[in-house]
Amino acid sequence: MASAWPQRFGHGVAVRTISMAALVELMVLAASAVGATGLFSNDTPVSTPSIFTPASTPAFAIRHLSYFVLGICAVIFIVVSGLLTYCIIRFRRRPGDEGREPPQVYGSNQIELAWTVVPVLIVVIMFLATARYIFGIQRLPPSPSGLQATIIGNQWWWEIRYPDLGIVTANELHVPVSDPANPMPIFLTLQSADVIHSFWVPQLAGKMDVIPNKTNHVWFDAQTPGLYVGQCAEYCGVQHAGMLLRVVVHPRDEFAQWVAAQQAPAVDDPGVRGGRELFQSLACINCHTVRGTPANGLFGPDLTHLMSRATLAAGVVRNTPENLRAWIDHPDTLKPGALMPAMKLSPRDLDQLVAYLLTLH
Amino acid sequence: MNGISGTLDHPEEGAPGQLPVLARLHEWVVTVDHKRLGIMYIVVGLVFLLVAGLEAALMRWQLAFPESTVLSPQVFNRLFTMHGTTMVFFVGVPIVFGFGNYLVPLMIGTRDLAFPRLNAFGFWLLFFSGLLLYFSYLAGDGLYGVGSAPDVGWFAYAPLTSRAFSPGNSTDYWNLAILISGFGTIATSVNLVATILTMRCPGMALGRMPLYVWMMLVVSGMTLIILPPLSAAQIMLLFDRFLGAHFFDTQAGGSAVLWQHFFWFFGHPEVYVLMVPGFGFASEIIPVFSRKVIFGYALVAASAVAIGVIGMGTWAHHMFVVGMGSTPTALFAASTMLVAVPTGVKIFNWLGTIYGGRLRFETPMLFCLAFLFQFLCAGLTGVMLAVAPFDWQLSDSYFVVAHFHFVLIGGLVFTIFAAIYYWFPKATGRMLSETLGRWHFWLFVIGFNLTFIPLHFAGVLGMPRRIYTYPADRGWEVWNLVATLGVPIQGVALLLFLLNVILALRGGKAAGNDPWDAWTLEWLTTSPPPDYNFETLPEVRSRRPLWDLKHPNDPDWLHE
Repeated sequence: MASAWPQRFGHGVAVRTISMAALVELMVLAASAVGATGLFSNDTPVSTPSIFTPASTPAFAIRHLSYFVLGICAVIFIVVSGLLTYCIIRFRRRPGDEGREPPQVYGSNQIELAWTVVPVLIVVIMFLATARYIFGIQRLPPSPSGLQATIIGNQWWWEIRYPDLGIVTANELHVPVSDPANPMPIFLTLQSADVIHSFWVPQLAGKMDVIPNKTNHVWFDAQTPGLYVGQCAEYCGVQHAGMLLRVVVHPRDEFAQWVAAQQAPAVDDPGVRGGRELFQSLACINCHTVRGTPANGLFGPDLTHLMSRATLAAGVVRNTPENLRAWIDHPDTLKPGALMPAMKLSPRDLDQLVAYLLTLH
Repeated sequence: MNGISGTLDHPEEGAPGQLPVLARLHEWVVTVDHKRLGIMYIVVGLVFLLVAGLEAALMRWQLAFPESTVLSPQVFNRLFTMHGTTMVFFVGVPIVFGFGNYLVPLMIGTRDLAFPRLNAFGFWLLFFSGLLLYFSYLAGDGLYGVGSAPDVGWFAYAPLTSRAFSPGNSTDYWNLAILISGFGTIATSVNLVATILTMRCPGMALGRMPLYVWMMLVVSGMTLIILPPLSAAQIMLLFDRFLGAHFFDTQAGGSAVLWQHFFWFFGHPEVYVLMVPGFGFASEIIPVFSRKVIFGYALVAASAVAIGVIGMGTWAHHMFVVGMGSTPTALFAASTMLVAVPTGVKIFNWLGTIYGGRLRFETPMLFCLAFLFQFLCAGLTGVMLAVAPFDWQLSDSYFVVAHFHFVLIGGLVFTIFAAIYYWFPKATGRMLSETLGRWHFWLFVIGFNLTFIPLHFAGVLGMPRRIYTYPADRGWEVWNLVATLGVPIQGVALLLFLLNVILALRGGKAAGNDPWDAWTLEWLTTSPPPDYNFETLPEVRSRRPLWDLKHPNDPDWLHE
């Protein structure tokens, strides 16, 4: 059924085109290596989201095409800049040239025709390759047996819904790994609650804008388990920079466990009753949902399994008790411009509230 | 001084025959002379260049290190909005049309533009709309706490510009400033088209016009087609914001994508409106400093027209990621790649001009040669962006930022400096210093490339544009730091340029009529030219009338 699609781009075709671009890739890999020594200690090491280290069929396809284009452009650059350099050195004015003008050449129809036609031919070739990849990538794999998810852009966080699984979460897209024998494409439906955002996880898929009043689609199949980072790529207001997205690619069994954990109702720990009552008596529930409780707000992220997420505030800080407390106490300090209001809680109330949220595994 | 009463009529200070400062200022303010208006356009553009450059420097300072707190996100977002808006509408446009104003009548051998007072009107509209934009910093707060200057980005995507997401008046300042400056630019374009088509000196057929005039004809024609839709969109946005219309209001069924079509139908050809005059500068300067006639005049002119025509059919390549569907995506990829052909042809023609020449490396030529290399890079990264799937990765990343700065600085600003060094002697009668010019050139080349080459890599590594800070673990630190290190070098280069101008005005070497041994009509008259440009209107028989005068035994008209 769906077994043919991962090979659609015939990796061998593009491999033959990459010789000229190998240098570019080396440079980029070197760049990744330089940048890999982060100052930030994350729970999971984050790799540079380079478009040249793909991990899905569409991202591989784009890399193949880009090698082809880079190769052509590199040749053009070398030839033209070589000619320019040669002419500049060869035809510089020398002593004794004063007052003598060189022969005046007004043009040559043959030469000019040649350097018009050759670029046209290059453009035709490049266009044919481009068109093939546009249609190849945007045509969805036949019989979509994969996973459906909806991503809703909000100022400045991502809501992620799995309609078939009954899961709602935020800022972390969890997906199962795909392999040629057992393909598992992910079909994303992109919608926006306010302004234009853009979904971009370079190693998995190129950008697709997230536009209000318009539904867009993008797909990928993650071929290697791991953590892939991306972020909003269309300017969307004050905290455009603070709208980060993580994609966690799980082995199949691990993904099943994650699904089961997310489908479970919220933990109801009697030890933190005070905090829960506080949560439900404050304005928190106007914006946040904790499934199975009166909290059913829709403006902010679903908190049912808050503690299963690695970060807070759409990736701005790690999800630690200290950061959680600081975030609730004064969101604007951690993320200037964030739309969550400071609730002006007493330290005691804050402790209770944080204790409650910490139980939402 | 007829018609001006009061003390201004009586020179009281200064050298004999020189008017007092106030009177001279008054002369400039009321002038309808194309040369004075041209110089005013260029000076205004250069002042805004300094302002927008400072804005850029602040942003690079913030981005030099990850998780930096030099600037708040609100301030940063205003800075990139103002930087982009200023650079396009109040640096690029006034300098381009300023040169057009100054040079076109001189080059086609006439005494002024067709509509001198319309010309002055256009300049003052642009000047005051620039002030209006910056006045927002003082007066943009419509409501407590909503901020001052516009912060919606220079292409101001709906619905971020709607009242719901941009309260206060800062967006209105942006909107009105663009609208008004657009009227000014339309006025100037009408003027240039009319002048070029009807006021050429005897003997100057269209096919004998200097290539720069051809470029300005193309650019002015394009402006007349692309600016009205932008003005329309701005008025629609005003309706949305003040009268409750819903053109772009997605919450009431409006379309966010509609704005993008309007904006980029203007915005992409606008890049050519800015860049094609740069081709004009190169097409005038490279031949003179190679001591050879342009290779393939007809093809250079025709390719400019082709760029103008094809360039107006490529706008949606800015929208490859809005979900247009595969077929329109492929069509716009095709048109965008196609526009690379006439552009590439131009580079080959300049190469053909250099080939077999005797190159003089004075400052104008140095800037033109650097332009050739940098514009080649810019063109090739442009082709990469035309490859739509590649663009799905590169769009809205720092790669795009690097690309269009290679076009607009590496291409346009370099040719503008070439043009300033080349025509400054004509406009002032004084030569700029070659020594300072060389320092300016080399520092600017180094600083520019140091800043913008690394940004390509940041983009390829996944860094989106318009972020006020970035996490430390993404591998973007090195590229951002190096990019910022290039900024002070460019700054020093610009200061040297200013110093050069000041020193030249105070006592530069006298230029004479024709310091570069050039061939077009502006070098026939005095430096600076008299109000009436030419005592008697010249009559030309070829594309290089001064070559004909200097080589009576082998004039161009024997060969054309």
